[in-house]
Amino acid sequence: MDYSYSILILALPLFMFLTLALGGNKMSQKFAGILGTAGLLTIAVLSYMVAFQYFGMDRVDGVRDAEIAYNFEWLSFTDKLTINLGILLDPISVMMLVVITTVSLMVHIYSMGYMHGERGFQRYYAFLSLFTFSMLGLVVATNIFQMYIFWELVGVSSYLLIGFYYTKPSAVSASKKAFIVTRFADLGFLIGILLLSFYTETFSFDQLTAEGGFFLTSTSGATFLGCSVASWAMALIFMGGAGKSAMFPLHIWLPDAMEGPTPVSALIHAATMVVAGVYLVARLFPVYLSVPEVLDLITWVGAITALYAAIVACVQSDIKRVLAFSTISQIAFMIVALGVCTSMVPSEGGLGYMASMFHLFTHAMFKALLFLGAGAVIHAVHSNEMSHMGGLRKYLPITHITFLIACLAIAGIPPFSGFFSKDEILAAAFNKSMFWGVWMTVVAAITAFYMFRLYFGIFWGKEAKHEHTPHESPATMTIPLIILAIVTCVAGFIPFGEFVTSNGEAYHIHLDMTVAVTSVVCAVVAIALATWLFAKPNPKPEKMQAALPNLHKWAYNRFYMDNVYQFITHKIIFACISKPIAWFDRHIIDGTMDMFATVTNSVAEKIKGFQSGKLQMYVWIYIVGAMILAVAAIYTFVK
Amino acid sequence: MDNNLTTMYIYLAISGIMFFAGVYGFIARRNMLAILISLELMLNAVDINFAVFNRYMHPTVLEGYFFTLFAIAIAAAETAIAIAIIINIYRNIKNIKSDSLDKMKN
Repeated sequence: MDYSYSILILALPLFMFLTLALGGNKMSQKFAGILGTAGLLTIAVLSYMVAFQYFGMDRVDGVRDAEIAYNFEWLSFTDKLTINLGILLDPISVMMLVVITTVSLMVHIYSMGYMHGERGFQRYYAFLSLFTFSMLGLVVATNIFQMYIFWELVGVSSYLLIGFYYTKPSAVSASKKAFIVTRFADLGFLIGILLLSFYTETFSFDQLTAEGGFFLTSTSGATFLGCSVASWAMALIFMGGAGKSAMFPLHIWLPDAMEGPTPVSALIHAATMVVAGVYLVARLFPVYLSVPEVLDLITWVGAITALYAAIVACVQSDIKRVLAFSTISQIAFMIVALGVCTSMVPSEGGLGYMASMFHLFTHAMFKALLFLGAGAVIHAVHSNEMSHMGGLRKYLPITHITFLIACLAIAGIPPFSGFFSKDEILAAAFNKSMFWGVWMTVVAAITAFYMFRLYFGIFWGKEAKHEHTPHESPATMTIPLIILAIVTCVAGFIPFGEFVTSNGEAYHIHLDMTVAVTSVVCAVVAIALATWLFAKPNPKPEKMQAALPNLHKWAYNRFYMDNVYQFITHKIIFACISKPIAWFDRHIIDGTMDMFATVTNSVAEKIKGFQSGKLQMYVWIYIVGAMILAVAAIYTFVK
Repeated sequence: MDNNLTTMYIYLAISGIMFFAGVYGFIARRNMLAILISLELMLNAVDINFAVFNRYMHPTVLEGYFFTLFAIAIAAAETAIAIAIIINIYRNIKNIKSDSLDKMKN
């Protein structure tokens, strides 16, 4: 099979980025927007072609083989240490190609309306292209090092886009925070990569994940602090993924990242970049299976994050922050699904892998829809605060309907896509143990509750005073909403198990009725509760708040996680480590250097009298010297 | 031969006296023209040495004479340049004392 055209999927966005970045200022805004969107449309079509061709291919021995379209040697340090760049096509990477290009295309179209007339419009499109390029390069990486390179590139483009409004101090500090926190996590990722490749002597995914425990056999014996090297390496790699995917306790950057333009939040901080961590774990899943203790760690991290973020999302008042915490919680669902997966065979405990990828797919669609819908609301009322909204359903009918569809999907109501994928995750969790199943069902119920609190807060409830009557957004903004809403309605019926499973075999999805009924009942109860509390203006929410003042305060302040970080960085790291180092630098290092300068200076001061500038004095000294030498020579050599 | 050597010593003595007279003048005088004259004196002493050694030590060759001729020609060119420099200095500071040339200092 020929996939040589797949290189265009990477080449085009890079080309678009260079064109828009270098020549953007000479273009009109409209032209730049259309150019960027047209470029992305081409890339999306190419991705669909790849997906069509790849999934249309016959299975070999019942398994979908990975195709390596390109793989060339980029850096060669020694015979063994070489770094390749290439394009790997397998079920998850092809699925990601479709997700990324679809959401990115929607965001490109949407931004033409949302960012209309904004200063730096061309720059914005250039950054979007850069991000699309990096993200596509990340998912098609053939080896872990290429993934790391693109991993950092998405980090950079995320940084650039969060700080797009660079005149706003909050945006600048949010972009710095996002970059530093994920960079810190990537330090773990890098160490993990080095450990892993040091022992296995390869970066390549197909060798790392090859059957037969390639990794285990090559590291057997070596341990550190009671855990094997394999566990350490995989845990550190997961740390990188946790940073990017905003897992507790490295989640603090994501809510702040909402300072960026809303379409950017939809693309990067909801649909694509933040699921890179999930993708990473899925990519290396065969290796993770060989270290069950790390999988347990992953499950715990995911479950705690899911619960934590869901509780916090219940009380936030900034609609983008609610969505940010909801994203954290949903990604944690995917992480948990991978963590509870115990085998490569879907029918024998390997369901979680498929469920995780399925949820990644559906979540990308409905969360992008939610963010774009929130963007339309913000566009209409010029505020992020829920108190400035309320009763908007009359003014924004299209946004209202599409937002409702997305809320139903995330709450897990059939027949919307979120129901199917979340149901698979819950089934996988129940397969592992009752404990995880119940935990995740509770979180799913909280999800339904906070989403409908958000929904009622925006579109129902008491109408706030508006400076001018809110009006529906232009067509460039509503069309992506409608497209994504349609996808959200039908995506659940995609026989996802046919396409993506842990071992590449086909798996027929069937609903586990007990799980499905339980979760739907929980979701409906939660929605009913939200309706009772928030649909009409009433004093009940305040009463509840007054009844549990501490819980509300703690949740509203995100359980003081940011303050904990503040304390650790300022009071411990800055005061106890950085200050002494700074003192050492200023007094010892600088002091030594200053001493050289001072000594040289004072010596020069002393001897500068010799440089009189009087020519005849020089000649006098020269002649006296020459004579002394001559006398000495005569005395020595002439007998 | 003895007579010859004596004559050569007389020549060398004269050139030696000329040379050290030039050195003394170069160091002691402040007038730049006088310094230039002293310089010429030293140069001519060297020229005499060339001619004398050629005449008395290697009478069959002519290199020493030619060297002298070259040195005289170059000295003439040098003098022209030196005079030009001195004139320019005079235009700038209205005198040609060597120790008043201290503009570059501080």
